[in-house]
Amino acid sequence: MKTNEVPQDKRDFKEGDKIHKLMYAVDNDGKYTGITSAGWEAENIATKQAWDAVDEELAETAEKVKKGELSPIAYYMQKNLMEVALLASYVGKWQWQVKRHFKPSVFNKLSADVLAKYAAVFNISVDELKSFGK
Amino acid sequence: MSTVLYKHYQHAHCESGVTANLLRHEGINISEPMAFGIGAGIFFAHLPFVKVSGTPGTTFRTWPGAIFKRTTQRLGIEMHTERFRSPERANQALDSVIATGKPVGMLSSVYYLPYLPEAFRFHFNAHNLVVYGKENGRYLVSDPILEDVATIAPEDLAKARFAKGTPEPRGFMYYVKSVPQHIDYTKAIQAGIKQTCFFMLSPPLPWFGNKAIFLLSKQIKKYPQKLTPRKASLYLGNVVRMQEEIGTGGAGFRFLYAAFLQEAGTMLKRDDLQGFSAELTKIGDDWRNFAYHAARLMKDRKSDLVSFDELSDLLRVCGEKERDLFGRIQKIKW
Repeated sequence: MKTNEVPQDKRDFKEGDKIHKLMYAVDNDGKYTGITSAGWEAENIATKQAWDAVDEELAETAEKVKKGELSPIAYYMQKNLMEVALLASYVGKWQWQVKRHFKPSVFNKLSADVLAKYAAVFNISVDELKSFGK
Repeated sequence: MSTVLYKHYQHAHCESGVTANLLRHEGINISEPMAFGIGAGIFFAHLPFVKVSGTPGTTFRTWPGAIFKRTTQRLGIEMHTERFRSPERANQALDSVIATGKPVGMLSSVYYLPYLPEAFRFHFNAHNLVVYGKENGRYLVSDPILEDVATIAPEDLAKARFAKGTPEPRGFMYYVKSVPQHIDYTKAIQAGIKQTCFFMLSPPLPWFGNKAIFLLSKQIKKYPQKLTPRKASLYLGNVVRMQEEIGTGGAGFRFLYAAFLQEAGTMLKRDDLQGFSAELTKIGDDWRNFAYHAARLMKDRKSDLVSFDELSDLLRVCGEKERDLFGRIQKIKW
């Protein structure tokens, strides 16, 4: 890659344009030098796609919470880009316990302690957690 | 608490960048490519059975911590490394070291670094950064991928340093203890190059090193039959993201390694290394071309521009050229 080929395709989603990354490219004499790049179309497509997949799934889960099929824990887990295993290790539970807490009937009976743990991991208040989808 | 005179340099990759920044602070004039090369940072692995967020794991670099460890060992620099059980003790230890004027490197999760744009914040736990001081209750951060320095609140830094998942940073921090009078770059460069060739060419398993490039190439050929268009697109996207992750110019660290070979060639006055550098730059362009076409195919899902077969061939050619190149580099008479 020559210095004049370093891509400058703006990354215009989720504040991605705030960062200009450094890349190594060769100048006219073939010598390597560092050049900042605004972004590259190929990378932007790949990153955007990953985010779109996240947003799509999150919207589906939000619907299910509203219909009473899933508890708000499932929604906030996805919103924080977590999987069951990761969330379980944050709240100090087994994976099967976390999965059980996805059931609205179980969620409604959770103790204040457990709810507080989840809320802390999601960086929200217990009220926000309980009231989502209502 | 005082702030030491610390100079921040932007780098392409976090680990080689932090290594270079910490060593420069001690007066060792080392570039990022040099740290990356001596630390044998370039690698390839494709693990179809290890799913990372539902897509097969692909990496273009060696495992976290290895670049830093190898580079400092090979240059004879004594480092202090430490992990912690609790965030409180980790913060105390950090405060006492920066109070003495030492910048401290550490592992963190990018998800919990509020100074990064949301677009980059996934649960990736092996991001390296430097803390070089504390002012008005906030840590002063030199993140090598940023153009400028940043600050972070102690509670956010604690979250980032004690993130869960794989790997767990467990507050891992490191700083330079002592620097030798004389540094032998020649030996360090040779050791780095030898190790890189070994890791690229020798693993007898299909998932690691050069062999894994051919494995991925074969897998890509099968994507249209094996996967739904959505899955195929996500899998390809992941390869491109790993290839491009933090400033590699789409070449999966080939340009960074080529820059190292060039600098090493100049330092050791060897034309053969210069030649290898130029060749690797061309191969890097091939990788870039592969990433570009993969992204197009991904976007259109049923693109006619280039089919999965052609894409697989582009990758296979990269693998063949590299097998030949690293084979010749391995045979260098030092």
